[in-house]
Amino acid sequence: MVSIDVWNASVEFPIFDAKTRSLKKAVLGKAGGKIGTDQKVPVIEALRDINLSIQHGDRIGLVGHNGAGKSTLLRLLSGIYEPTRGDARIIGRVAPVFDLGVGMDPEISGYENIMIRGLFLGMSRREMLKRVNDIAEFSELGNYLSMPLRTYSTGMRVRLALGVVTSIDPEILLLDEGIGAVDAEFMEKARDRLKDLVKRSGLLVFASHSDELLMELCNSVIWMDRGQIKMQGSLRDVLTVYKGRDPFENLPQHVLERIGESR
Amino acid sequence: MRHAGTLVRVSTSTIDDHAAPPAHTHRTWGKAFDDLRRGWQQKELWGHLGWQDIKQRYRRSVLGPIWITLSMAVTAVGLGLLYSQLFSADIPNFLPYVTVGFIVWNFVAGCVNEGAEVFISNEGLIKFLPSPLSVHVYRLVWRQVLFFLHNLLVWIAMLAIFPPDGVVAHWKLTMLMAIPAFIILALNGLWVAFLTGVISTRFRDIPPIIGSVMQLLFFGTPIVWELKTLSERTQITKDVLELNPFLHFVEMLRQPMLGRDIIWHHWVVAGIITVVGWVLALLFMRNYRARVSYWV
Repeated sequence: MVSIDVWNASVEFPIFDAKTRSLKKAVLGKAGGKIGTDQKVPVIEALRDINLSIQHGDRIGLVGHNGAGKSTLLRLLSGIYEPTRGDARIIGRVAPVFDLGVGMDPEISGYENIMIRGLFLGMSRREMLKRVNDIAEFSELGNYLSMPLRTYSTGMRVRLALGVVTSIDPEILLLDEGIGAVDAEFMEKARDRLKDLVKRSGLLVFASHSDELLMELCNSVIWMDRGQIKMQGSLRDVLTVYKGRDPFENLPQHVLERIGESR
Repeated sequence: MRHAGTLVRVSTSTIDDHAAPPAHTHRTWGKAFDDLRRGWQQKELWGHLGWQDIKQRYRRSVLGPIWITLSMAVTAVGLGLLYSQLFSADIPNFLPYVTVGFIVWNFVAGCVNEGAEVFISNEGLIKFLPSPLSVHVYRLVWRQVLFFLHNLLVWIAMLAIFPPDGVVAHWKLTMLMAIPAFIILALNGLWVAFLTGVISTRFRDIPPIIGSVMQLLFFGTPIVWELKTLSERTQITKDVLELNPFLHFVEMLRQPMLGRDIIWHHWVVAGIITVVGWVLALLFMRNYRARVSYWV
């Protein structure tokens, strides 16, 4: 059973500038005695007192302004950052999709990139070999897949990355926004795959500014503000407070039907 | 800070019956070992990446990774010939000696120099993918092993041209001791990369310091000169040189590879360094493993 539990967790980044990060200061500082407060490395508190319990089946959206701590929270939930105070326990295989470009090598072919990206996402070689054809078909890249990635346009790269990401079987799926730069027709196709992926995954946390995507993929929302959880609850309640209006109000009928909500 | 009155719980999850947190678990030996174990399980990933690193370096060149072998051959033969003239050593003995010395040194220096950068150079991966830190270390040492294997072709060629059947070297069973010797060397590569990697991520002056120390130590290690020619002259110099840990590792692996007599005290020193180094590296892993993603 997959789950993520976080207890009173804080994430604080030490900010070393070129001087404090060097040995010189650490060594000479000891010898010369304290000079005011510049002994201490300044700290940015990116997350403070986070308490969460996410269970199997939860589909959680993250909203909040830029710099509110959405991405940091996702990294805390993925285990990349262990809390500086408090505790976090993650049970399950995490598939983080924070940046579609990470782990992609421009010098190697599309096929090889599919393999590497898949391995990074926790798949095995054999599992990826089974999926290669499916990914090739979905991304519509055809013969380009045997070309080095540097010959691809931005949109083509996103197609490839989305193809790989949506082909895996994650237990814990953590999505950060930045899924754009593809043409509308392809996005329609990707949306279906994305929904399938979310259905397959045991647990989803999705940071996005797009109401529509949130409504389609999530059933509850966490509102982050200045590194803290400002509000959490059902999608409609939180978005209404966050946006100051009911997000379902202005949706066209066919979208509402797709989501299965009523005005 | 939650909105009063509007607090609605996340579907199935509740905050109130949140299970109690486990005892503080960041800095434990268990987590350090767990990192090593889980990293090892991802051998498909680092195995693939290690190969990729090598193929990458020689992509679009006609000879590809054969260049590793060729450049080693050129260096070893060139310097071997030069120094054999300087020290008036006989070529059939000296050339294989220099070659093997270079091959071993390349592995050692590769692990140490790149080890210092192991987490810094993987910043992107560390910040975006939650993999055990050991994955990056295994990848690095695996890449160095692959370099070493490519260079072994030069060694095989040397054995064929100058077979060890003279006074100082013979074909013998103890040549098989090269295998455990190399395993010990690789184990040391792992702890060195962990230790220097963690420290360098925090203190960015360490990699250049290590770089220059390694350059100096190359000359303090018997590669283009022989320990026995020195020890014939002065005992003191030899004692000082014995303080260089790399000397013992190079000797430990080179003696069986050349079919020379094995001097066991190098094995003892290397063994002690292996144990002490691993304890130190595990201590750092235990205390600072979780900090690395904050520091990179």
